[in-house]
Amino acid sequence: MTEVLLRVENLHVYVGETQIIHGITLEIKRGEIHAIMGRNGAGKSTLANVIMGHPAYEITDGTIHYKGEDINEMEVFERARAGMFLSFQYPAAIPGVQVGTFLRKSVASVRGEAPSPREFRKELNEAMKQLDMDKSFLSRYVNDGFSGGEKKRLEILQMLMLQPDMALLDETDSGLDIDALRIVAEGINAVAEHTGCLIITHYQRLLDLVKPDVVHVLIDGKIVESGGPELAVKLEQEGYDWVDALA
Amino acid sequence: MTQEAQDAVGDYKYGFHDPESATIRFDKGLSEQVVRDISELKEEPEWMTEIRVKAYHHFMEREMPTWGNCESLQSIDFDNVTYFLRSSDKTEKDWDDVPDDIKRTFDRLGIPEAEQKWLGGVTAQYESEAVYHSIREDLEEQGVLFLDMDSGLKEYPEIVRKYFGTVVPHTDNKFSALNTAVWSGGSFIYVPKGVHVEMPVQAYFRINAKNMGQFERTLIIADEGSSIHYVEGCTAPTYSTDSLHSAVVELIAMEGAKIRYSTVQNWSANVYNLVTKRGVAHKNATVEWVDGNIGSKLTMKYPAVLLKGEGAHAEVISVAYAGEGQHQDAGAKVHHLAPNTTSSILSKSISKNGGRSSYRGMLQVTPKASGCRSKVVCDALMLDEDSRSDTYPTMEIGNASADLEHEASVSKVSGDQLFYLMSRGHTEEEAMGMIVNGFFEPFTRELPMEYAVELNRLLELEMEGSIG
Ligand SMILES: Nc1ncnc2c1ncn2[C@@H]1O[C@H](COP(=O)(O)OP(=O)(O)OP(=O)(O)O)[C@@H](O)[C@H]1O
Ligand SMILES: [Mg+2]
Repeated sequence: MTEVLLRVENLHVYVGETQIIHGITLEIKRGEIHAIMGRNGAGKSTLANVIMGHPAYEITDGTIHYKGEDINEMEVFERARAGMFLSFQYPAAIPGVQVGTFLRKSVASVRGEAPSPREFRKELNEAMKQLDMDKSFLSRYVNDGFSGGEKKRLEILQMLMLQPDMALLDETDSGLDIDALRIVAEGINAVAEHTGCLIITHYQRLLDLVKPDVVHVLIDGKIVESGGPELAVKLEQEGYDWVDALA
Repeated sequence: MTQEAQDAVGDYKYGFHDPESATIRFDKGLSEQVVRDISELKEEPEWMTEIRVKAYHHFMEREMPTWGNCESLQSIDFDNVTYFLRSSDKTEKDWDDVPDDIKRTFDRLGIPEAEQKWLGGVTAQYESEAVYHSIREDLEEQGVLFLDMDSGLKEYPEIVRKYFGTVVPHTDNKFSALNTAVWSGGSFIYVPKGVHVEMPVQAYFRINAKNMGQFERTLIIADEGSSIHYVEGCTAPTYSTDSLHSAVVELIAMEGAKIRYSTVQNWSANVYNLVTKRGVAHKNATVEWVDGNIGSKLTMKYPAVLLKGEGAHAEVISVAYAGEGQHQDAGAKVHHLAPNTTSSILSKSISKNGGRSSYRGMLQVTPKASGCRSKVVCDALMLDEDSRSDTYPTMEIGNASADLEHEASVSKVSGDQLFYLMSRGHTEEEAMGMIVNGFFEPFTRELPMEYAVELNRLLELEMEGSIG
């Protein structure tokens, strides 16, 4: 039986006085790709952030289990070290910190030991080649002055380097040109086989390249419909009006 | 701690290693006689004695400075300072007397035991004198003079006499007067015409234990078309029971010469660090100050450049880190005295746990200095609500053709940055450390490698235990 990596049950989330997630249940196994689609403001990023442990959100009901354990008390960095990864919709800039240094330190933190410089360089070279990234990236400051597409590429580079068990990809496809989309999709496919993936996207075009097992439609903080890849096609053609009736 | 132990702590920084010298200790407080005794003990020429005495009288009469955090200066008790001491290496301090938190920091910084003892004042001499000597030999082959200031005065009195006090006269301010009266230690460097010293010259404890002092005095002269990069200080906490440190640094860059002077200082939290640093840049010359201040109770330091010759350039890059109970009052002063001179000032400060950092700057353009350009950038990063940061820029612009830019920003560490870094496996403290190191990076990258690495580690340590 395939391992259940992530289990979200009846999740209710507030920010301040406002409820954003209204009871979500979701189960992702290793090797599965789940896509989440939904209108702007539906709560997609909130869901991803809450799973990663963002301190701004309060879980008022429900649970999140990762690898069979309730992770409610786990800190963000502990989740990362346990193999969870979030590709950000809006990655933060860290001025003055070079990408190369940042990657080395992150790999060391997540793996629990610093990789040998030689080994690390080899891995990094391969990953960058796979993503068609220039070496000059390494001496730039993390996301500082990056274009939208460059930021997303860096997120995927981190995913390749950190080798997560559970990847949450929040609009990783937005801002990418056509070539970059293909390259990033290949990057996701490269890890998807042995990883659980939760992909948040607005567009069918990514799902043409990365085949989801399940597509969920999120409306006002609730999953109102789940189905196979054909659901994404239908959304692309008909928009969200028809699902409103389900909400 | 015993009085003897305290004296020994003071002693290591004077860098007197005469094995045959007996313990000589002056009583606390200052008088003309003390000044004369210091000069006599050092067997100085008559003219130096007279400069000291003149400076002493000026010090006694001079008001406290009005530039800087002047209220805090009132609490300095000049009568309770020992102005000179000299003792044999035998009066070493006990390692047990060095405070535990300082020892811990040494360990965390990975400083070798011998150096730890030196920094803690347990040994007065650090063994790598040999390294210093071999570097000195290299320099000597190029005709470069590099000595401690006391030896410089002994061996090259005519050069010292010509330049001493020409950039920072004793009448400049109360503390430059004090330094002139009682100075000891510091470096003396002369670079001959056209000589480029490739390696940074370090007055680092690792190389030259004689260098640091309570009232050190440094004089660097780069003759026409020459260049030198001088580095002083150290990132490890310099533990001191002397509460008053008042140095003077004078730089002279002749036509087409370039001097870069880099400093990283980390005094213990009881120290008043009041330093007058000033350089003169003649025609087409460059003077650069790279200045990092961590620690101390109050630092007042405004590296200055007098752009005296046409086409001269000044560069000041400084960082300050103010933690609990600390005030870093730092900045820069640039005086455009000649046409087509340019300057660039970058100041970065971090305040944490109620610390306060201030940028205090002076930019002057005289009427005859046409076609000048200057850019000033001040960035402050606040790590919590209790901390404080302020900017006091002063401008005196006497020539309308000047092209001036001034940017100032105050920022906070954002929750988004922390969440991003923590989602990559870093603890909150590690994340803070990365953000802080990144903020200082424009400074750190200017430092020699080993200083940069140590400074980063030190800041990471500073972030530990600070988050609640
Ligand atoms: N930290 C927060 N503080 C206040 N409101 C928030 C916060 N996070 C989310 N919200 C609100 O919750 C709602 C859902 O936001 P979320 O970012 O999850 O939407 P989304 O589905 O990812 O939208 P998009 O497709 O535009 O990325 C929005 O109305 C948003 O303004
Ligand atoms: Mg979103």
